[in-house]
Amino acid sequence: MEILPFLLAISVFFFFGAIAFFFWSVNNGQYDDLESPAHKILFEDDEDLVPDDVKKHHSKS
Amino acid sequence: MTPFDVNDNQCFHCLLDVPNFADFKVTIEGKPRKMCCLGCVAVAEMILASGLDNYYKHRNIDDQKAGSLSRDRAAIIPDELALYNTDNIQQQFVTLNPDGIKEATLVIEGITCAACVWLLEKHLGKQQGIIKFSLNMTNHRARISWDNDKIQLSAILAQIHYIGYQGHPYRADVEEQLLAKEHKKAMRRLGIAGVGMMQVTTLAIALYFGHFSGIENSTEQWLRWISLIICTPILFYSAQPFFKAAIRDIKTLQLSMDVPVSIAIGGAFIASAWATITHQGEIYFDSVSMFTFFLLFGRFLEMQARHRTGRAGNALQNLLPEACTRLTTDENGKINEQLIPASELNVGDIILIKPGHTLPADGIIISGYSSIDESALTGEYLPKRRNCDDNVIAGTLNVENPIQVKVTSVGDQTQLSAIVRLLERASEGKPKVAILADKVASYFVACVLISAVIVSISWWYIDPSQAFWITLSVLVVTCPCALSLATPTALTTATGTLRQSGLLITRSHVLENLASATDFVFDKTGTLTQGNLSIEQTIATDSEQQALEIAAALEANSEHPIAKAFKHYLKESASDIEITLGQGIQGSVNGVIYRIGKPAFSSQILTTPLTKSALNPATNIDSPATSSAVNTDSPPDVGHWILLCNDQQVIAWFLITDSLRVDSVHCIQQLKSMGFNVHMLTGDSSSNVQEVAQQLAIEHISSGASPEDKINYINQLRHDNANVVMIGDGINDLPVLAGAQTSIAMGSASDLAKTHADAVLTSSELKVISDAVVLARKTKKIIKQNIFWAFSYNMLALPLAAFGLIPPYAAAIGMSLSSLIVVTNALRLAKSSTNTKSIAVKAAAHSSNQHVIN
Repeated sequence: MEILPFLLAISVFFFFGAIAFFFWSVNNGQYDDLESPAHKILFEDDEDLVPDDVKKHHSKS
Repeated sequence: MTPFDVNDNQCFHCLLDVPNFADFKVTIEGKPRKMCCLGCVAVAEMILASGLDNYYKHRNIDDQKAGSLSRDRAAIIPDELALYNTDNIQQQFVTLNPDGIKEATLVIEGITCAACVWLLEKHLGKQQGIIKFSLNMTNHRARISWDNDKIQLSAILAQIHYIGYQGHPYRADVEEQLLAKEHKKAMRRLGIAGVGMMQVTTLAIALYFGHFSGIENSTEQWLRWISLIICTPILFYSAQPFFKAAIRDIKTLQLSMDVPVSIAIGGAFIASAWATITHQGEIYFDSVSMFTFFLLFGRFLEMQARHRTGRAGNALQNLLPEACTRLTTDENGKINEQLIPASELNVGDIILIKPGHTLPADGIIISGYSSIDESALTGEYLPKRRNCDDNVIAGTLNVENPIQVKVTSVGDQTQLSAIVRLLERASEGKPKVAILADKVASYFVACVLISAVIVSISWWYIDPSQAFWITLSVLVVTCPCALSLATPTALTTATGTLRQSGLLITRSHVLENLASATDFVFDKTGTLTQGNLSIEQTIATDSEQQALEIAAALEANSEHPIAKAFKHYLKESASDIEITLGQGIQGSVNGVIYRIGKPAFSSQILTTPLTKSALNPATNIDSPATSSAVNTDSPPDVGHWILLCNDQQVIAWFLITDSLRVDSVHCIQQLKSMGFNVHMLTGDSSSNVQEVAQQLAIEHISSGASPEDKINYINQLRHDNANVVMIGDGINDLPVLAGAQTSIAMGSASDLAKTHADAVLTSSELKVISDAVVLARKTKKIIKQNIFWAFSYNMLALPLAAFGLIPPYAAAIGMSLSSLIVVTNALRLAKSSTNTKSIAVKAAAHSSNQHVIN
């Protein structure tokens, strides 16, 4: 169990790392719009990215 | 509902009802779709032409109302948009990067769902010269950067306009920047508390297991030290607002919930830190962090709801134009037109206001005459005629003719600003409703503090070594977690439920006030009525449709609000148009000369003049029949009638009214049956007021009321001990909204009204209000239950702890259990019957529609 104190110290280090990262992301405006990304993922505007054979297969089924 | 489930009689684009005679179709997704007017057709075709037909797939039909071109008052005015291209106007909100790329923030009006965001981003992203366009759905602001050599700002704004939205430049004011800062700070606090809580709880579980199965002393110490390190930022950063509020409350000698919360958090932390350093006693770091997180989370949600309504910002500025045309006379006596930012106007300047433009300042007309739409300020729905030497007010809209205005007051001196000041004063005088929990808390805190002192003194004499720990356990066990969660959890849940059904609550006292309200006061225009004119009735000599088409062709040339009532029928075009101000329009359609307008005006071209009594079909029931040989049942009620005729005969009579909202009658009836007094307050003084009051069976009416009159009315009610809920939408309602105990703004209200209202009705259904009252009463009941439970738990635990009978782990379990019960009880509000009922009704309506379609 000698490893335990060492691992716990690392977890503290990670804690402060996570906080720093969170501060950065808040200040960077990552949380400014919490609504539209949830909807954007459902918008099927990527049809030009779908390969043709997949499209054919899809229309048959 | 899938996006294509549009009712048969609904416009596919804007979802408004399609009038019977309108025959507009656009093929979307392989099927012809009905449209209500040319404006919607134009927007729909624009969307299709840009290959953005997926918009109709993505949109959320339940709360979507798409924009349409001609419905907006600023129907394409390219030269007004061109104002934004001039440098001295742009310097106020555009930043120029060294590489020649310009950047600005715009506020977009008309966004209702994520599909709007998608449509705007795709459409503008396709324009040449636009480098980046990203739109924030929460605050409706768009960051845009563009290459000025390839595209002008006016063209960008025009493109936004073409797909049915409106863009304004955005400049953050100080208040708004503060709000944004506060929001980010709250988020960082919540983040630290959340992450820290998880860490500390993990460590606490290890320690709990250690208690039972044995743990090495050094490991235990190490775990405690790490808990202390992680808990420190939570206490000093996240919990800061509680301490600050507590210090403020102690200074003003008002004990609020923040005081016991601070004592509990601070006391538990200090004791735990002491225990960690001295290697004895218990630690409560997990309780400290968890409690902080939950309280912060509740406050964060509340704050977010409050900020949501103030999203567009610059609300007042959006009412006033950015720029105006100043007339200057040079040495040679020549008059020059000069485009200047509205902020540079001075008293005494002479400005030219073209039709369709908004007045930037108060002034006197020195040349020309026109009719002015003052609805934003007075609520009167018809424009008023203004001649030379008449006063005109900033924020009103010039409808018909160009006028020259001498500026008499600008900026803070204008009447519009006066209204805003009135509003601020009214908000200050607003009664602060003491929340029940706070009242209980102040007694409770005093009680706990006194008993803690007594306990510590007593134990000091009995056993000094135990005094500190027992005093602490008194403080911890009576930690008012449950008590302080009792109200916020119930309010948060009820607020969420109401938000789903269409009432957005932004101040916490609303629910309590709704539960104890006695009087409901409604504004008329835009609240009980739809706020725009429509043709109520047509009496035609021959074909009704033909008459409507002729009328529409003539009216298409006018900017008058009456003209908009006819736009659904627009098919033909008229020539030789002559508009007589405030009277009517003459023009020729298919070679025949017609007149439409006031009966006295139109009938002038008749070769066989109408009899005098026939000029008003409302006062003389037989007149339309006798004069035009039509067999009709003319309506007995008074209204605004206009006459269409050619020189041979009367073609048709039209009754123009501002029609009622569909569920106004139902809502008023329901409120009355619940025992409320219902009032109607309006700035409108026309005969329409009586008519509306009759239809809705409202007895208490005050018409022709100025904003001051309205406040007096409300104050009088409050003087008689009434608890008033005010529902309104216009700028003129603002001071009243602020003066009533509870104010609800309509979703279509101006941003200014929405920001200052206590709640916003986002649904178009008024009946949500009566549902909200039911839920508010239930919420009050649940809050009382919660407080009763929390209070009796604490009262029971206090003496036990004082006698040293409660071991620390039992205190912790008791604390969590009492909180859990309170939260579960509050969650019952989420499954309220009103909500499920309205969903059931919706579902039933939906399935019946399906049957019809199938």
